[in-house]
Amino acid sequence: MANKIPRVPVREQDPKVRATNFEEVCYGYNLEEASLEATRCLGCKKPRCVEACPVSVKIPDFIHCIVEGDVAAAARVIAQDSLLPSVCGRVCPQETQCEGACILGVKGEPVAIGKLERFVGDWGREQGVALAEAAPHNGHKVAVVGSGPAGLACAADLAKIGYGVTVFEVLHRAGGVLQYGIPEFRLPKERVVGPEIENVRRLGVKIETDVVVGRTVTVDQLMDEEGFEAVFIGSGAGLPRFMGIPGENLNGVVSANEFLTRTNLMHAYDRQYDTPIYTGGRVVVVGGGNVAMDAVRTAKRLGAEASIVYRRSETELPARREEVHHAKEEGIDFRMLTNPAEILGDERGWVKGIRCVRMELGEPDASGRRSPVEIPGSEFEIPCDVVIMALGTSPNPLIAATTPGLETNRRGCVEATDEGATTREGVFAGGDAVTGAATVILAMGAGRRAAAAIDAYIRSKN
Amino acid sequence: MFKILKKSELAPSIYLMEVEAPRVAHAAQPGQFLIVIVDEKGERIPLTICDYDAAKGTVTIFIQAIGASTMRIAALNEGDGFADFVGPLGQPSELIHYSPERLAATKFMFVAGGLGAAPVYPQVKWLAERGVQADVIIGAKNESLILFEDEFRALTPNVHIATDDGSKGYKGLVTNLLKELVVEQGNRYDCVVAIGPMIMMKFVALTTKELGIPTIASLNTLMVDGTGMCGACRVTVGGKTRFACVEGPEFDAHQVDFDEAMRRQGMYRTIEERRRAAEAERVAGHKCNIGL
Repeated sequence: MANKIPRVPVREQDPKVRATNFEEVCYGYNLEEASLEATRCLGCKKPRCVEACPVSVKIPDFIHCIVEGDVAAAARVIAQDSLLPSVCGRVCPQETQCEGACILGVKGEPVAIGKLERFVGDWGREQGVALAEAAPHNGHKVAVVGSGPAGLACAADLAKIGYGVTVFEVLHRAGGVLQYGIPEFRLPKERVVGPEIENVRRLGVKIETDVVVGRTVTVDQLMDEEGFEAVFIGSGAGLPRFMGIPGENLNGVVSANEFLTRTNLMHAYDRQYDTPIYTGGRVVVVGGGNVAMDAVRTAKRLGAEASIVYRRSETELPARREEVHHAKEEGIDFRMLTNPAEILGDERGWVKGIRCVRMELGEPDASGRRSPVEIPGSEFEIPCDVVIMALGTSPNPLIAATTPGLETNRRGCVEATDEGATTREGVFAGGDAVTGAATVILAMGAGRRAAAAIDAYIRSKN
Repeated sequence: MFKILKKSELAPSIYLMEVEAPRVAHAAQPGQFLIVIVDEKGERIPLTICDYDAAKGTVTIFIQAIGASTMRIAALNEGDGFADFVGPLGQPSELIHYSPERLAATKFMFVAGGLGAAPVYPQVKWLAERGVQADVIIGAKNESLILFEDEFRALTPNVHIATDDGSKGYKGLVTNLLKELVVEQGNRYDCVVAIGPMIMMKFVALTTKELGIPTIASLNTLMVDGTGMCGACRVTVGGKTRFACVEGPEFDAHQVDFDEAMRRQGMYRTIEERRRAAEAERVAGHKCNIGL
């Protein structure tokens, strides 16, 4: 019988201290805390949490293993469906997925599934638990474009059933958004991302970095000259958006992608690296999503006075509640219902401020969110040195533009079915490249479905 | 690791390196560039491609030791290698899409300033391989900084030299030499390709606008990834923001906002350096052009 204790709180780094370093915010559960929290799970016969998980991790089963004191078994249960438990336990929006569906959440607090997953992932890695094994090579080769969550999930599933998989990564480190986008203080690179990618390599997956598919080699060349029978495109949504307002090309205006890539992938916060970064004294981040929160909290850690400017109100912020909460604790200034109209520069062409307009919420738009409307005559200026645009991203057109027969929609996303089939035979796609910017776990789910479809496709051909 | 097979010093602090990179060598075309990373702690540095040999699987680059990462690159020797070598990036030169008739009918003038000789070379070579002899101006501060003269002369008879101090060839700026060739000597050029420091490309563009010659410039902007992800390379061309890494690096020089491009190049000079530059400007009463 489940324990009727309250949700076990998780230890976190003090907000004042962590706002000055890049160490992880959340310490996670230890064995004792995890074992206690695990006892709260009711072990539902029809687990709603599993249905709500994009990769269908057998949640009650792994939690039951923790209760039984067999964490290694818990790690193996998760590994059947996900090779990135330490990543997902940290960055999944559990509140709208597994935990959002947990029956305990109806009257009280749901089971801390994310924190338990993270504990199991970390413990398994630290104890060297052997996870999934690959079947003997079946003689067929599949290429995966992009080593982010979609590509890794697809590659791992294919390798497990015997395919020879090569992943092509454009950057110099594997991981995609896990490497360049999500900051160290939410997702440690060496301790968490690196080893989880190593687990995928251990299945026999080859990862070739520094390959720009569409330039270095085309999809056609991979299939015609290099013997890959199918290609999975998991190239993500890496193209930054700008607002198109005056002053956007002033010195000091950067995309969140540039700012985060410099700090995460290129370690600009670490003096041992050559990468330069500029924060000035005051940084304004425009946007309200998770990327905006990552950018503003990074700027704060680099010593800036950091603010969020968002055109809707706090209820509409698309970022996860936890991220907004952490940002506030760290002293981030939130300016809601504020929209930039122009970026102002000094005589040398550097940012000196933003001219903004105050907004109010009008009628709900097509997305169901109330659309912001300008309040006439409400213009005012926010002085600042750096403006970071975190307005969302769209897929990079390079692969579609260099692959004849691969159709995209008007948002630049690759046209693909739920199973990942594109308009080009043998070419599959999934993750942000298909949906536009979404979450790590949705991309992993798409990668797994595509792996199943690729297997079926190659079997049908042979 | 991408191994350095050959290294030579072309001029003080300027090195040529032939690097083993079969994929890049196989795919490279005139006008494209690449990104190198010296080691784990190095920056991603965009460099132009000077030459490539698909059969040998090698790519030749020029590197000038000016910053922390480039100094470490310059210290590498034959047998050492780059941690990363990514490319080719960007669009190939427009001229490779010309029909043979159009190529034969077009008189090209390439203006190479300083390290701009590197990206000019594969274009002139590509033309020479198709029987088209282009004119070339190599511009440099002095004789010791003239790069690749012999290599250019092996491709075309019309190689002109301009040095600031007159230590070799024409004494003066490439723009004045270009004007002289057109106005006084009556040469006809249908297309000028200018590659070198931003300031040189700006003035070549102004000159050719006056002369009414269509001109292309290759923009060496700041970049991080070089694949369209970061937007550090934003330039204004014809009033529109373009990404030099994926839409360029070559653009219609008459449409480029060079003043903005030069300003943006200096974005990551440290605040201290900017202060120093501002101070020097105030004291000397001149416009500082560090990093241009």
